[in-house]
Amino acid sequence: MDTAEKFDDKAPGNMKLADQIEGEQAMDETIRYPDQTVGTPYVDNPKMRMRDVEVFYGEKQAIHGVSLDIGKNEVVALIGPSGCGKSTFLRCLNRMNDTIDICQVKGNLHLEDQDLYDPKLDVVELRARVGMVFQKPNPFPKSIYDNVAYGPRIHGLANKKYDLDEIVETSLQKAGLWNEVKDRLHSPGTGLSGGQQQRLCIARTIAVSPEVVLMDEPCSALDPIATAKIEELIAELSESYTIAIVTHSMQQAARVSNRTAYFHLGRLVEMNDTDTVFTKPEHDLTEAYITGRFG
Amino acid sequence: MQTGNLLLLLVVMIAGAYYMGHRRSFALARPLGGIRHLHSLPFYYAMRTAIWCAIPALVVLGVWLAFDDTLIRNMVMGSLPAASQPVDGSAANLMLNQISNVASGALSPASVSPEIAAAAEKLNSLRQLNTMAITVVVIVVAMLGTAWGWVKISPQMRARQQVEKVLQTLFMLSATIAILTTVGILMSVLFESIRFFGKVPATDFLFGLHWSPQTALRADQVASEGAFGAIPLFVGTLLISAIALLVAVPVGLMSAIYLAEYAPARVRAFAKPALEVLAGVPTVVYGFFAALTVAPVIRQIGESIGLDVASESALAAGLVMGVMIIPFVSSLADDVITAVPQALRDASLGLGATRSETIKKVIFPAALPGIMGGILLAASRAIGETMIVVMAAGLAANLTANPLDAVTTVTVQIVTLLTGDQEFDSAKTLAAFALGLMLFITTLLLNVIALHIVKKYREQYD
Ligand SMILES: Nc1ncnc2c1ncn2[C@@H]1O[C@H](COP(=O)(O)OP(=O)(O)OP(=O)(O)O)[C@@H](O)[C@H]1O
Ligand SMILES: [Mg+2]
Repeated sequence: MDTAEKFDDKAPGNMKLADQIEGEQAMDETIRYPDQTVGTPYVDNPKMRMRDVEVFYGEKQAIHGVSLDIGKNEVVALIGPSGCGKSTFLRCLNRMNDTIDICQVKGNLHLEDQDLYDPKLDVVELRARVGMVFQKPNPFPKSIYDNVAYGPRIHGLANKKYDLDEIVETSLQKAGLWNEVKDRLHSPGTGLSGGQQQRLCIARTIAVSPEVVLMDEPCSALDPIATAKIEELIAELSESYTIAIVTHSMQQAARVSNRTAYFHLGRLVEMNDTDTVFTKPEHDLTEAYITGRFG
Repeated sequence: MQTGNLLLLLVVMIAGAYYMGHRRSFALARPLGGIRHLHSLPFYYAMRTAIWCAIPALVVLGVWLAFDDTLIRNMVMGSLPAASQPVDGSAANLMLNQISNVASGALSPASVSPEIAAAAEKLNSLRQLNTMAITVVVIVVAMLGTAWGWVKISPQMRARQQVEKVLQTLFMLSATIAILTTVGILMSVLFESIRFFGKVPATDFLFGLHWSPQTALRADQVASEGAFGAIPLFVGTLLISAIALLVAVPVGLMSAIYLAEYAPARVRAFAKPALEVLAGVPTVVYGFFAALTVAPVIRQIGESIGLDVASESALAAGLVMGVMIIPFVSSLADDVITAVPQALRDASLGLGATRSETIKKVIFPAALPGIMGGILLAASRAIGETMIVVMAAGLAANLTANPLDAVTTVTVQIVTLLTGDQEFDSAKTLAAFALGLMLFITTLLLNVIALHIVKKYREQYD
């Protein structure tokens, strides 16, 4: 009630919107359903194609019929209020949700021609093609070298020590960390600063040469300088990888992504070119969110 | 008043002091406008008053009780007429015993000399006086302490800091008691061992290959000289512990991994306590299980493949002991594995590692210090275990590495040395202390080694 009143004081003309935001009940009448996602969620010849994705945690439904495409070498930003299902959706894309017992995923998800939820699919192979960077930097308590070499070792990507050295070096270089750590490759990865740790995690992810990199709020634990470095890195990586990034920072979404998807209470409300989303959003919920009226 | 009753009264007085302190701090706070104008919360003022009531009174009581008995005895003995003064210390002790027996009514006064009877009466009256005095003094001290604590309460007083200090000291004292007890035990074992090594050369004990501690109890008894070579015992201990660990470590670790990583919550909730029950079964039960069930089975199997198996064997004892210590490994390992952050698992799985690769390469190394702790605990338990060995492995001090032979262990020998007929300063009895000391040193070494391993590992990764 309190917030609603304040809302009225500041923007008396926005009564209808305020009512919409009051609760899901009110919104169900106005929100357009998944097939009515506004904007352009689909592209030609996509890298990943998701249709009618529904996710349940036990009885509770967290994602309601989301359909969208992620194009080749595209950076897609997923934005939306806390708890709207961005992480849940992202984790479907490399089946990390399998680790949660009560989580159930329905719908069609494809990586090129590969059905992600095909029972015959080898998750190990899928996760090598679709890598993930987490919100909190989570380097293994091993040396920097071993952290980056972890993936190549389990996938048998290097036959000789020399090959492995090379993979480690190029990955660290791509992650912009090489110059900072080349003299201390065998000291522990947990001894790096937060921003360095996150770049180490990115290096570790790209060391297995994935086609798609998923990032769940990769900068939320970092200071502005480290954030700027990671954003630069994302721009560089997008030349060779397809990237989906969840972020709470609208500026970040605007800076790094080609297209932006706005989630609200488990539904995909709008997906458009990033410019369009931030300059002339089609849906009033999107507009309310990006102008900071709720979130 | 009896000391027990006096302590009860003191508890009541402490509660009263607490209440009074509480009341007074509120009373002082009211004119100031509430307890937030006091330096500390009323609880601390009340605690401080209670502490002032308790500690001086307890100290006085403690000191008094430590000395009053000696004092009374001296006074009683001093009151004896010069003619009947005892000649030496042991005579004095005898006489004192007689006096206190008469005083307590166990001995009729008519059956002893009149001097003793008089002394007994004096003892009784002195004791009565003592009890009265102690009651009065302790109550007065407690009341004075309370009054002092109560009067000193003022809004500026830093009661919180003072109470914290007292509590800190209390905790420190408790820790000290635990450590001092350990040191005390160690010292007594050490001194008796030194006496033992005065009778039997240390080299004979440490490197001797023959153990048969039967020495003559009386000078005229025909008995063997007694041999105190401890090697067979240590070999026996090592053999049985090694068998036990060979069972417990793999089974314990793998069940811990199953419980922590694979088992559904329902299974885990049931299986973990069920496993821990294994540690709660009395060792005697394990002992007869080993002797009556496992040993015959081993024997049958052995004989069917043409092996000569003793009816009591290290294997039977070791296997059953291994089952007993499984929970020490599994429970601790399960705890530390569960404590490994989910983020590390996600990182590994996200890179395409399988579950077992994740366990092997990430979780296991991260949990290693805790796992080592569990294994160490299990090893100490195996080394110290007695009952199963007595029942299933026998008493024969054979020097052998064959698990199918009967062996004996250090703890079992300590038990046999100290039960039955004994003379306190014979080499046979003292040998128990020397064995105890060796056992202590062994477990200590084990701890040091394990710590070293853990540290080395940590330097590599953390
Ligand atoms: N492991 C889980 N078990 C049960 N419910 C969950 C679980 N993880 C997420 N949820 C629920 O699913 C919904 C979506 O959560 P999700 O973590 O995807 O949100 P999010 O958009 O990533 O939020 P944030 O921006 O705060 O990270 C929430 O309502 C949350 O409570
Ligand atoms: Mg999230």
